[in-house]
Amino acid sequence: MVTVGEGYFFDGPAVRDEELPVRRRRRKKFRTWRLVVLIVAAAYFLAPLYAGLKFALQNDSGHFSFWAFTSLPSEQGFSDAFFLSMRLALFTALAELILMVPTAIFVHIRLPKLRPVMDFVTILPIVVPPIVLIVGVLGSAPLWLKSSPYLLSIFYVVLAMPFVYRSLDAGLSAIDLRTLVEASRSLGGSWIRTLWSVIMPNLRAALLSATALTLALVFGEYTMANLDGWTTMPVWIAQFQQSDAHITLAAAMALLIGTWLLLSLIVALDRSQSRRRRRKAGTS
Amino acid sequence: MAPFFIYTGVGLGVPIVYIFRNAFLTFQGKFTFSNMDLLIHGIYLKGFLDSLLLSTITSIIPGILGVFLAYAIVTSNSAVLKRMVATASAVLANFGGINLTFIFIAAFGETTGIITVWLNHIHLNPWSHGFDLYNFYGVAFVYLYFQLPLMVLVITPALGGLRQSWREAAQNMGASNWRYWRHVGIPVLMPSILGGVLLLFGSSFAAYATAQTLTEGTVTLAPIQIGDTVAGNAIAGEANVGFAIALGMLVVLTITMIFYGLARRKASKWLR
Repeated sequence: MVTVGEGYFFDGPAVRDEELPVRRRRRKKFRTWRLVVLIVAAAYFLAPLYAGLKFALQNDSGHFSFWAFTSLPSEQGFSDAFFLSMRLALFTALAELILMVPTAIFVHIRLPKLRPVMDFVTILPIVVPPIVLIVGVLGSAPLWLKSSPYLLSIFYVVLAMPFVYRSLDAGLSAIDLRTLVEASRSLGGSWIRTLWSVIMPNLRAALLSATALTLALVFGEYTMANLDGWTTMPVWIAQFQQSDAHITLAAAMALLIGTWLLLSLIVALDRSQSRRRRRKAGTS
Repeated sequence: MAPFFIYTGVGLGVPIVYIFRNAFLTFQGKFTFSNMDLLIHGIYLKGFLDSLLLSTITSIIPGILGVFLAYAIVTSNSAVLKRMVATASAVLANFGGINLTFIFIAAFGETTGIITVWLNHIHLNPWSHGFDLYNFYGVAFVYLYFQLPLMVLVITPALGGLRQSWREAAQNMGASNWRYWRHVGIPVLMPSILGGVLLLFGSSFAAYATAQTLTEGTVTLAPIQIGDTVAGNAIAGEANVGFAIALGMLVVLTITMIFYGLARRKASKWLR
């Protein structure tokens, strides 16, 4: 009798019915241990979220209410901050894709030897945190640029680059790019046409995930925006903190749920992509 | 290709070169070592050392806890749990910053924090036992919230790479559970664990928003001191010290990431 169950990973394969009692006891101990670890971790991670949500769903006298959420849009400065963040996020995402998509495709088709160099260059921004970058930026940027909020976007493109490039790189590795391009070209498609109607549709998951990542990054970025003096969403939340704790929490929770949805989307897309990669590896 | 290299060169290179140059210039533009001198004395040295200490604490503790947590998840049979944890880790690891500050204040704030009130009911109010959310250790406590998921994220593939056959081989030769871990499991995992801890170290060291909004800038950490000089709160004659601190941070992070790369390379030997 073979039971492939609980013990499979932990205690050797094919745990038999006549197994030693010592082993079985150890297995049980391990299961309890695992349960305790998982419960403690769940409590630690859920408690602040629960507290934040509960606080956001209270009015000033402590009763349950959606008041903080419904009055959020009419709070002073909220809509300005929201639309500023929105504009910056869209601009950043657009600039990011215009810069990185052709680059990643070009490297894959024409200069595969350059891929290690690209891996290295695109990882560099990880070494330069926003707080360090902004010091250099504020010192060196010309005045006309410094008076525009889009200065931030220019550097958000740099900050998002490691994640975006990796996502595109994975997406491009998952498809048979060379064959697609050769087929399109030999049928008389121009480069633009090939890019637009052959490669892009095949990269949909990677493009979406890169965009979602960029949006999440811009909407959450506090350091650079604050030190550059622009009231984006996170900066507004920090400034509003003194006025009303419930509204602050409502804004923070809204931002957080939005980010959560965006990032869950990425994880889902990532999973569908790695399935695709496995399929490709399996057939070729 | 050209647009990409020009963009990265300008967007990353110009600010970095500017930091390098100004770290050795006075506010009036004369060459000096005085910024560097400030960095290795007094309050700025303390800020830098405190930052290093904070990063060490918040990389080693979640680094170790993360291995146990990830192991508990990897060995579980529930596919739903695994998928939920994978998503949650990816999300929570990116959770640093201002939202985190406010949900922690809502939970653990001194008088109105919901968890504080609960614990107070059972006479375990953490604040009367030396806990303070708004100091160095409070910051470390909050950092755990995004560091732990980050560790789970990086260590899970390594744990998945531990092959069942290795354990069987060890058991067939009469090794106890402890000896299996001591001689096989831990040595194989070590490069991955070290790599994870280094990544966590860098992530803590670079963080600004959470510490700044949580303590309103009262805790002495290198990133917060940089922020102060940008906001114009530096003492006269020390205006350029921010560049020196930034340069110091760049050096630390570069070294950290080089070692991270080495650890990753070593770890990939076993991960196939």
